Amino acid sequence: MMNPVPATTSKPDSEKNTSSIPGRGPAEPAMSNSEPTKELIPDIQMEFFSRPVYLGVIRRMLDSLCERMGLDPHQSARICLAVDEAICNVIRHGYDESPDGRITLTLTRLEKENPELLIEVLDRAKHADLDTIRSRNLDEVRPGGLGVHIINEIMESVEYSHREGGGMRLTMRHPLGSSVKKTTGSEQSDE
Amino acid sequence: MSDQTMNVVIDRKPDMVVVRPEGDIDLASSPSLRAQLREIVDEASEAIIVDLEAVPYMDSSGVATLVELLQSCRQKGLDLTLCQLGERVLSVFQIARLDGVFKIAGSIDECTGTAD
Repeated sequence: MMNPVPATTSKPDSEKNTSSIPGRGPAEPAMSNSEPTKELIPDIQMEFFSRPVYLGVIRRMLDSLCERMGLDPHQSARICLAVDEAICNVIRHGYDESPDGRITLTLTRLEKENPELLIEVLDRAKHADLDTIRSRNLDEVRPGGLGVHIINEIMESVEYSHREGGGMRLTMRHPLGSSVKKTTGSEQSDE
Repeated sequence: MSDQTMNVVIDRKPDMVVVRPEGDIDLASSPSLRAQLREIVDEASEAIIVDLEAVPYMDSSGVATLVELLQSCRQKGLDLTLCQLGERVLSVFQIARLDGVFKIAGSIDECTGTAD
């Protein structure tokens, strides 16, 4: 079994910790290839085919969920966009636009001092080279290649890893409540 | 992959073409929009305005489609303006740092120079 180091995009340690899932039992070791959140029971779990026509359905569900979790429309829109981009990446790059792949989306509210929304996108597509999952140079104006940047920009932490048995796991965290990130694209430097 | 047909209203004025897509622009609908925009650019000899008032949502595939349009317009020497972007759509351009690359107007009147 492969044991790759997950590709992680995160703020400095002083801002957050991506090595564990706060508030839900003992911390997992950092950079583990085990299924790091499998013991969590998601608030919502959806499984669907890798077909773009379902994106609108998922966005509407997410909009509604974010509203119920107390996020304002601006933050809800950003989360919808990030999840949309993550699923698009699976459809386009994981399944090469085959409509018969399966994608699982899980949404879990993590209760802690500063609550977070934990979002996972799982697939059974080919393993991506974790070193190649990164933002491109945005100074170059050309179509495409923006999805990873958008996800990184919106989410507080982003981690890609290989799943046991094949496929990819994308784990994203977004704060709920007063710790919600307020930045826009122009305020944060690219990687 | 099953795509959605995007409804696009085209309003040809004497010195410009106003293009109004209707609905979300995402991975399902952007191929249809891209195909229609290619035809419009191929036939156009005047400025193109893309009115996004009826577009409540856009993802990076929609942005990519408009970047392609921008490149095609530049190759043909055509002026391109995006107008009436809602907050949700504008934020995508801001996150992608393309809000300074496109000419963005608040209204059609602003594009035609008839705004107060």
